[in-house]
Amino acid sequence: MARPVEHQFDDFEQQHEAAYQGMWIFLATEVLFFGAVIFAYTLYRGIYYRAFLEGSHDLSVLMGGINTGVLLCSSLCMALAVHAAQRGRINQLIVFLLATAVIGSVFLGIKGMEYYSHYKDHKVPGLNFFDSGDEPQHVELFMIFYFVLTGMHAVHMLIGLGMLLILALLAARGKFSAAYYDPVDIGGLYWHFVDVVWVFLFPLLYLVDRAAK
Amino acid sequence: MSSEIVPPAIYFRVWAALLILLGLTTVLAYIPMGWFNAFLSVTIAFAKAMIIVLFFMHVRYKGRLVRVFVCAGVFWLAILFTLTLGDYFTRSWLPAPTVWLR
Repeated sequence: MARPVEHQFDDFEQQHEAAYQGMWIFLATEVLFFGAVIFAYTLYRGIYYRAFLEGSHDLSVLMGGINTGVLLCSSLCMALAVHAAQRGRINQLIVFLLATAVIGSVFLGIKGMEYYSHYKDHKVPGLNFFDSGDEPQHVELFMIFYFVLTGMHAVHMLIGLGMLLILALLAARGKFSAAYYDPVDIGGLYWHFVDVVWVFLFPLLYLVDRAAK
Repeated sequence: MSSEIVPPAIYFRVWAALLILLGLTTVLAYIPMGWFNAFLSVTIAFAKAMIIVLFFMHVRYKGRLVRVFVCAGVFWLAILFTLTLGDYFTRSWLPAPTVWLR
């Protein structure tokens, strides 16, 4: 049941550090992956400011804000799951992993409701986009950024949900203990990172100069 | 396993701080302050990200090597932002030479 240290490592400590470090290298590439799109968004927001403001004001701050809160709660659950793993409380670990997954699903549900409302409002580029303002193509550009950024984020969430379920399954099979819980810790890093991405997306997409108008 | 165990009370405090910052950024967005609004919301986003990275992601309790890796991702992103925005937003500073077009 208890896993031995892999032969290339001296001890659990070193093995854990290597896994943790490696995950951060992956996350650094993820920073650039999202960062590139956020950069392009920043650039065009500077150029077509009025249109981006109009586009942003069509989004629901209430739903976006609630979703941010939901995601922060899921991160708390994930942190508690890692804590349970460190203490070797496997049942608690499973409960927290599943709770994180459930709260993550709530986020995706709210996101889906938002997408549906954009569809009803004819705001989906390439499908039914319509805007009666002065520069519809630039508002459309904002919506393209919105769908690419939130869509990529949602894909990360889906991967995260799959990961949580697999971790819960492994935990139920007794693969983790207070000595060995690296996958839970690494999975936690991933989940928190996806949370960090949303922390930036919320003000960038939903809060463009809300005081104006 | 010597990985430091953080008491859950800290996680709850961190979580509360994040929710307060979320409320703060939302409320501040509705107070007209011109360009300062965007600056504030991004600053608060960075603060929230820092809190998540340091506490939820345990970077605060790890060695310096990890911090180097964490900073590396942000550093390359900073290069992308500074150099490219430096280009785009200074293009209008100098008049384009039209003499070449003749």
